[in-house]
Amino acid sequence: MAEKKQTVMAASGDQMVAEAFRQANPDVLPVYPITPQTIIVEEFDKFVADGKVHTEFVPVESEHSAMAAAIGASAAGARTVTATASQGLAYMWEELYVAAGMRLPIVMANANRALSAPINIHGDHSDIMGCRDTGWIMLFAENAQEAYDDTLISFRVAEHPDVMLPVATTLDGFITSHALDRAELMDDETVAEFVGQYKPAHSLLDTEDPVSYGMFANLGNFYMETKLGQRKAMENSFKVLREAGAEWEKLSGRPFEFVKTYGMEDAERVIVVMGSSIGNARAVARELRANGEKVGVVGLRVFRPFPAYDLVAALKGAKAIAIMDRCETIGGQGGPLWSETVAAMATAGVSIPTRNYIYGLGGADVTLEILYQIYEDLKELPAAAEKGDVIGVTYVGARTSAKDSQSNLVANSQTAAHKG
Amino acid sequence: MAWDIEGNEKWTYEEIPLGAMTLEGGTGTKHLTGDWRVKRPVWDSEKCIHCLQCWMYCPDNSCKAKDEKMDGIDYEHCKGCGVCAQVCPVNALTMHVEKDIRAKGDEKELHEHAEKVLKEEEGK
Repeated sequence: MAEKKQTVMAASGDQMVAEAFRQANPDVLPVYPITPQTIIVEEFDKFVADGKVHTEFVPVESEHSAMAAAIGASAAGARTVTATASQGLAYMWEELYVAAGMRLPIVMANANRALSAPINIHGDHSDIMGCRDTGWIMLFAENAQEAYDDTLISFRVAEHPDVMLPVATTLDGFITSHALDRAELMDDETVAEFVGQYKPAHSLLDTEDPVSYGMFANLGNFYMETKLGQRKAMENSFKVLREAGAEWEKLSGRPFEFVKTYGMEDAERVIVVMGSSIGNARAVARELRANGEKVGVVGLRVFRPFPAYDLVAALKGAKAIAIMDRCETIGGQGGPLWSETVAAMATAGVSIPTRNYIYGLGGADVTLEILYQIYEDLKELPAAAEKGDVIGVTYVGARTSAKDSQSNLVANSQTAAHKG
Repeated sequence: MAWDIEGNEKWTYEEIPLGAMTLEGGTGTKHLTGDWRVKRPVWDSEKCIHCLQCWMYCPDNSCKAKDEKMDGIDYEHCKGCGVCAQVCPVNALTMHVEKDIRAKGDEKELHEHAEKVLKEEEGK
């Protein structure tokens, strides 16, 4: 191997994903443009035009067709990538299950964006969280660097024989997808060796050894077993992700952790969060810790498979936990990160009061003031939990009515409403 | 290549091919679908001009052709969709209620054969 060389770039997250796609040199890229993903395929299209990749670039007429083409290409044995966001991802929804059920190692970048209505092009996790049960591995990048690293690691885990699952590598719309960031680009040779060649066990186009995909699994016959196979593959992906992450760390010097912790050696009040807001929480925690306050941050980089073991290990010393969801589950008890975290703690026999904060919807600014307020709010949480007064979610950063809030930033829990 | 699916009803998730793939091509011939039919296409070889429109349009490969000529219908797989009768330019294919034809006992031999094959399949 030639000597490793990393170039420091001033690039957006979308550009870094495009670079990662270029270096993985996919066989097929079917795509339909949608903000805030468009830069990824614009940049990639230039690589195609300049002959820097051998990719068949397929401009299709919709995201539904993009995923259909990706499924066909992947079943034919091609290394297949695509990218989307928001309504585009929603339009792909039924086929996301097909890609996962057929065990096709498609790698897709999603620039996380709000869903209509009202129409909104900015960053939140509504789109990707709507797909959390489709059987895709899901990674959440905090910044452009992680978007690049996650994309490269995705090929290793998706195409691993013990896994063979599609991977969605996600970055927050605009904050990460568009804003210029500092990121290091590994040299092409090192990446080529790291991602390797995809060698499919079967190909739909192999007439010598024909196979059929998407067959009817008869009543009481294959269906449950196939789903169990997907679950086992998802479980296997923990080990493969860890190994590929460790190998990438050796090459790049950057760790790949399922759960990133800050101040957790002694933190009592903790924020659990994903994506681009992890950095904001860390900045506030740093300030508070400088004043001797025992606060911490737990940021998730992997959401599927859900890293329950690592998460509970990080949280078990905490006294009060704020779990922040950047999407709504209207009518549900709380957001998906909250539900998963609480379930993980409960099954591990860990009982710590939590409050679910809904924040940053439709790209609403996640100010440091909001995060200070949450850490402040956590001081009261254990006493409130004792009284049973924390059912429901807490909105932060929305203009609220005087009747349900103490401040114009926080609309607190709805225990009274639950009593009807 | 023939794929051995003996005992497949006992396969665990590890034995089922990845993504419920079928490790063989053209397995549709093994799945008899003739008993789905409500209406049956009947071919009049006198009227037929052998344009093979029916052969081209049939979604189930059930209009048989031999030496570039129409050669009857595969009633073991024909689901009775009626596309062949619709596209036939000379009305050489017409749709008839399946149970009426069966009641008359026409083409008895063919039915006996199809039913025998279906019974064998059910026996497995």
